[in-house]
Amino acid sequence: MSAQILSALAAVITIVLVFDMLRRGLLKEKYAVLWLFFAGAALFFAIFPSVLSKISSSLGVVNPANLLFFVTIVLLVVVSVQLSYELSRHEARIRRLAEEIALLEERLRRLLAQEPHDGD
Amino acid sequence: MAHLLIAIPAWNEEGSIAAVIEKVRLHRPDADIVVVNDGSTDSTASLAEKAGATVLSLPFNVGVGGAMRTAFLYAHRTGYSALVQVDADGQHDPADVDALIGGLADADIVVGTRFHPTSMYFVGGPRRWAMVLLSKALSRMNGSVISDPTSGFRSAGPKAIRLFAVNYPAEYLGDTVGSLSIAIRNDLVIHEAPVTMYYRAIGRPSKNALWSALYLGRASLALMATILQRKAPTKGDAS
Repeated sequence: MSAQILSALAAVITIVLVFDMLRRGLLKEKYAVLWLFFAGAALFFAIFPSVLSKISSSLGVVNPANLLFFVTIVLLVVVSVQLSYELSRHEARIRRLAEEIALLEERLRRLLAQEPHDGD
Repeated sequence: MAHLLIAIPAWNEEGSIAAVIEKVRLHRPDADIVVVNDGSTDSTASLAEKAGATVLSLPFNVGVGGAMRTAFLYAHRTGYSALVQVDADGQHDPADVDALIGGLADADIVVGTRFHPTSMYFVGGPRRWAMVLLSKALSRMNGSVISDPTSGFRSAGPKAIRLFAVNYPAEYLGDTVGSLSIAIRNDLVIHEAPVTMYYRAIGRPSKNALWSALYLGRASLALMATILQRKAPTKGDAS
């Protein structure tokens, strides 16, 4: 019973935290939705553990907790890989921007040097 | 109209950059010189500018690969027909630039090799194995020998400039091994020419065994990654 309360509490805290971050603009919607979905599912199974038991027995998993762990780990791995992918893409984009800045800055400097200085 | 661009990637090289530019200019007065200042925190940029080079300053350090892609992008947009990469630390002899340029007559890339009968260059241990492995693999892919794939002293013709302006890897060893692999996969012709390299300090080649093992591992991974890459992966347009 205490495990049930603990997991429900953790899920609620996650939901509150994510909502707060979303409200303050610290988290983009697409990530917030993901974590809210996870936390929501966790909360649901914490309140109705019998549903989890039914699902696991129908899948042939003896211990419901094992099913929960398995699914959680798989989902977390998927999320981590996805985040690594986004990070790589951002690194590539930032690198490209840095290159463009270097080229633009050089061009700007050259143009300013050409400009007649009678005005100032 | 300018044709030849000498590109010098530099990261905190205030001690040598001016001398390198001076030497390059003495040898090739016809060439334009661009220094890609890779986020230096010292006075590399101002010294290079004072020495008469065009300076492209990256806002932060992106590594040799990123610096070289900036140089290729610049060469591509400005319309240079040949680019020679020269290191900022003075280990490359500008006298060899002629041979690297001459080789472009029948190749798209000419790699300056440190391994030739009259060379003073020597490496040993796992680092040597890594270089042999990389050389064997790339030579096989290329169809002709590339004995020194990690050499950063090389020239590129118009086709290579166009390719590298879009696609030049920033990963470890990507600027040397990775770029060659990409070039081979895009059917560019790669030749090599013997060059001389000077070493500014003694004791750089022999690191400990762990470091060498890591080098070998990363070198293999870098090679694998580019071999498995799709042909002509063009992310982002350069025009």
